[in-house]
This record gives sequence, structure tokens and C-alpha cells, in this order.
Amino acid sequence: MSIRRRKQLSRVMLYTLAVILALWTLFPIYLITLGAFSTENAIYSYPLQLWPHHVTASTLSFFVNSAGVIPSLERSVWVLLITLALSLGVGLPAGYALARFKFPGANLLRLGVVGTRAFPIVILAIPLAATFIRWGIDDSVLGVAIAHTALALPFAILTTSSIFAGISVELEEAAMTLGCSRASAFARVILPLALPGLAASAIFVVVLSWNEVFAASTLTVLHRTLPAQVVAVLDQALLPYRFAGGFFLLAPPLVMIFVIRRFLFGMWGQVVK
Amino acid sequence: MAEVRFQSVRKTFGKVTAVDDVDLDVADGEFVVLLGPSGCGKTTLLRCLAGLETVDSGRIHIGNRDATDLPPRRRRISMVFQSYAVFPHLRVRDNIAFGLKMQKEPSRVIKERVESVAALLGITDLLDRYPSQISGGQRQRVAVARAIAVRSDVLLMDEPLSNLDALLRLQMRAELKALLLELGATTIYVTHDQTEALSMGDRIAVMQGGRIVQLDTPLEVYDHPTEKFVGDFVGTPPMNFLAARVEQNGGGQVAQLSGGTLPLQGVGDLVGRDLFLGIRAEAIAVEAEPSDHAIRAAVVVNEPLGSHNLITVRAGTDLLKVSAGNHFFPEPGSDVWLRLVPDKIRWIDRDSGKAVAVTRDQAVAPA
Repeated sequence: MSIRRRKQLSRVMLYTLAVILALWTLFPIYLITLGAFSTENAIYSYPLQLWPHHVTASTLSFFVNSAGVIPSLERSVWVLLITLALSLGVGLPAGYALARFKFPGANLLRLGVVGTRAFPIVILAIPLAATFIRWGIDDSVLGVAIAHTALALPFAILTTSSIFAGISVELEEAAMTLGCSRASAFARVILPLALPGLAASAIFVVVLSWNEVFAASTLTVLHRTLPAQVVAVLDQALLPYRFAGGFFLLAPPLVMIFVIRRFLFGMWGQVVK
Repeated sequence: MAEVRFQSVRKTFGKVTAVDDVDLDVADGEFVVLLGPSGCGKTTLLRCLAGLETVDSGRIHIGNRDATDLPPRRRRISMVFQSYAVFPHLRVRDNIAFGLKMQKEPSRVIKERVESVAALLGITDLLDRYPSQISGGQRQRVAVARAIAVRSDVLLMDEPLSNLDALLRLQMRAELKALLLELGATTIYVTHDQTEALSMGDRIAVMQGGRIVQLDTPLEVYDHPTEKFVGDFVGTPPMNFLAARVEQNGGGQVAQLSGGTLPLQGVGDLVGRDLFLGIRAEAIAVEAEPSDHAIRAAVVVNEPLGSHNLITVRAGTDLLKVSAGNHFFPEPGSDVWLRLVPDKIRWIDRDSGKAVAVTRDQAVAPA
């Protein structure tokens, strides 16, 4: 076989693999979206129609009007906002400190941060629930947000630290020789340069919190977040409800990722160096 | 503009002493080069002056103020970094204006100053570009423009030319020197490139192991190194050092070299000491024929450099580099004769590596 043919073949195989992987991810997403925008009849029809004939919002509105959905949606948003504030509020300074300063125990801290993820949330959830009952924050938005922060914070610290480490110290020092304090050097030079990276870690936190179901289910009974609510009623739920619920969980992170990704690449255009 | 004074400045990093008890006075408007191999403490000394490192002990004065405990922004210094540290998210215009904006200058003043500085450095066309859209050499100009725009008391430069390619470096060296001369700025310039130091500085502070080992004008550093280290480090090629022993010989003295003897006069106080005879390549005349007091040497290799030929020869056990005319091509392995210019000889104590003081008029040997 000639080298050229071999090259062509490996190219074909590469693309085939890429298509398979893409389908693997995209097909379920398509099915959920299809179901969410189809009529009830279409969902139950057999064989399944892969092309929507009647695009309708009736399934979605049925889901939104179901008992407990709107309040759980609101709670999910609150949990997400609190998680985001806590994760970045703590993670950003911690990441900066790890990147910029040599202090005793820095490596231990780094290890400890990763170590917190050694225990799966499945193991932590029960003791966490007991502790939250003692503190009186069980079955609350704050409780779930704290649990989500615990999940997201290690990632936030490590990613922000590598983002800050990737920005030359000399830039900060140059700002300081030109009239900045450390704080204003951070605000005027480092933060703008770190913003794309910080946005990326924010996306991760958002997606994690929005879709997290186990901790949310364990820690709440009456005041469930959206994923917990959907899972709780999944057994009794009708197919349209499941599709619409799935779509609600799926859509916001996808939109986040696509919108912010475009924004990230457009921002400085080039790698910071 | 202002003078700078280091008093017994010391800085250690853990167990490493980066700056070891340095005293240095820089006059108002002077251009002082800190020269030394990597790890000699020159950059640390500069960073101490900038306030980017805190000193362990000692004081630093800028103008009539004790700046030792001031943060960088209160020291009225500006700095050009080795990596240029041009802010990637700001246009060239805003980079140059950065310091002026921090000083809250009126926008009319900022605009004028940015444009005049940009004109001075020939980057007016680039003002609206981002740093990622200009070349390394242009970025270097932006960094210099940004530093001089604020009209600080002292201008600090940390190897500003080391990231440029050779040709651009040569061009920028002359341009930078002319620019700084015109500004009359007190400048402290760090480099490991001895050519840069010789060609730019009013004075050179040669550093080794955290100390200043010689502080002199470029010519003095080149001709009269105070230590063997300085002679080795400054000049291309480095100074030749030949093991020598001076003996009394009638009314005069004679230096015993491994390759021969050299009659001298007026160096009686050197008799009996183990010394190095230090001499620059161009202070040695190379001749094809033997003559009185010339030392025989074997040619090892001849490197034509266009303007002259650099010949490596072996005299006794010593290897020397000597320069000859660009039409002189002795065969490798053949003999040549070296005549050392006696008043260009620098005597170094072999144990301490330090220069031995010999009053210069005494050292002149018979012609």
C-alpha cells in the first residue's frame, strides 16, 4: 500500500471515529430536545419519528406548570449563584496565593485541596446531612450551596492558580513600578488577563452546581433543586415530563458553554505572554 | 533626576547570599552598568533599588530620600524588564500612558507625552496596535517608551537588549545610548554582555558572588582589571594570564615565563612572588622572525575575523590569544615570536587573584 493511500485511510478512520464520538454525545441530546418540543402523541408514537412534525411548547409548558417545578428552578438558580460566589470568592484568592507566594505548607495545601476530592460525595452526603441538621441548614438552599462549593472549590483553586501562574510576574511588577499597589496591579493588569481563564472555571462551577443531583437529593426533602426534583418524581413521571425536565437540565449549561466559549476566544485574540 | 546611594546593602534568599554588603554611589545623570555572570547578584541589586525585593540590611537612598522601606510606586523609578513586560491587553498607546494615568496627569498632558515619547522611539505608527501585533524589537521600544514617559528620577534597565537578535541589538545599543544621553537620566543598567557594558556605561560595576569587585570607567576596567576574574570576564578575547616569577637580574628584573624570559625594570617589589602576567591580545606584537626579548610560541590555530586575525599560540605551557594583522597567516604548528608591550602588563597575585599595585611609570621596561 502506498504511503499516500495509507495516509488517506488513517484520515478516513480518524473522521469516522470523530463522527461516532460526536453522535454518541449528540444523539441523546437531540432525542431529549426532540421530545421536549414534540406533542404528547408524537412522543408516544411508534416507530419514533426522528424529525419533528409539530414543534410545540406544550410539553415544556406542561412541565413548567407541574407542581414544584418553578420553586425548584428558583432554588437551583439560588444554589448556583451562592456556589459561584463562594467558589470564586474563596478559590480566586487561594489560587492567586498558591501561584504567587512561597509560603510554608503551600504544597501540603495543594495536596489537601486535591485530597478533599478523594472521598466521593456518596460517602460524604450522610455525615454532611447530619451536620447540616445540627447547624439547622438542612433542607435549605444554603446547605446545598455549601455542599456544591465543597465539590467545586478544589477545581476552582487549582485552575485559578494555574491561570495566575501562567501570567508573568514581571507584568505585575511592571505595573507596580509604574504607580500601582499590589491590589491595583492585580485589578488593572492581572485580572483582565486572567478573565478568560476565570470565566472557564466559572462555567465549570455553574455546570457542576446546575446538574448535581446526589448531594442535592440527600440534603433536601421539601426544598429540592431542579435536578433533585426531577429525579424524585422520575418514577411516577410521564414521558413528556421526563423529556422536558431533561431539556431544562441540559440547555443552560450548553448555552453557557457555547456563548462564553465564543466570548473567550474573541477577547484578547492571542495567548497571554 | 537624582543620585542613588546603596549603603551596605545585603540580600539573601535562604542560604544563598545574592547581594553581599554592597556600597555604590551613582551620581545624578550618570549611566552605571552592573556587569557580571549570571547569579552574581546584579539583577537582585537592581530589584532592591526598584523595591521589588526588600533588603535584609543596609539602606538605599534615591535623591535625598531614604527609599529603603518605600513600595516601588513611591520610589520615582521606572524600569525596563528583560521580558519587556508590555501589557498584552492594552494598546501600545495605553501601555505608554499607563504610568501617567496612575499619576493622574490630565489627559491632554498624557496625549502629548505619549506622542512625543513615541516619536522619540519611532513607534508612532504602532500606537493603536496591540502588543501581539508587533515584533519583539518593537515591543522592546514600547517598554522603553513606557519607562521614560513617566520622567522618573532613576531609570532601571534589566538586560533590555538580551532578547533581541544580534543585529538589532547592535542597532538598539547605539540608539538607546544616544537617547539616554539626550534625556540625561540617571540610569542603572544590568547586563551580562561585557561589550554592552564597555560601549554604554559611564562607569561599570563588575560584580561577582554578590559583591562589586571593580567600579571604574570602561577603559579602566578593560586596561586595569583589579582581579583576574575581571580580566577574564571583560573583553573579547579575555585577557591572557601567564604564570610568572620575577627575579632580580643586575640592575633590573626579569620575568620567568614558561615559554621564556622577559626583561623588566622598576618592578623590584615583585621579586620572588608567584604572579600572573596579564596582558591583552592587542598588546602583544606577533612577528614571524625572532628578535631580542621576543618569546617563541607555536601557532595552534588562526581565526581570521576580517578586521584582524585572532591567533591562539602556545608559549611554553601557556595558551595565549594574540591579535595580528588580517594578512598574517602563519601555518598551525609553525613558530612565531611574541613581543609583549611592557607598560600594558597587569600583575596579578597568583594566590589571591588580585592585582598587584605597581606604579605605572616604574613598570616601563627598556625599549
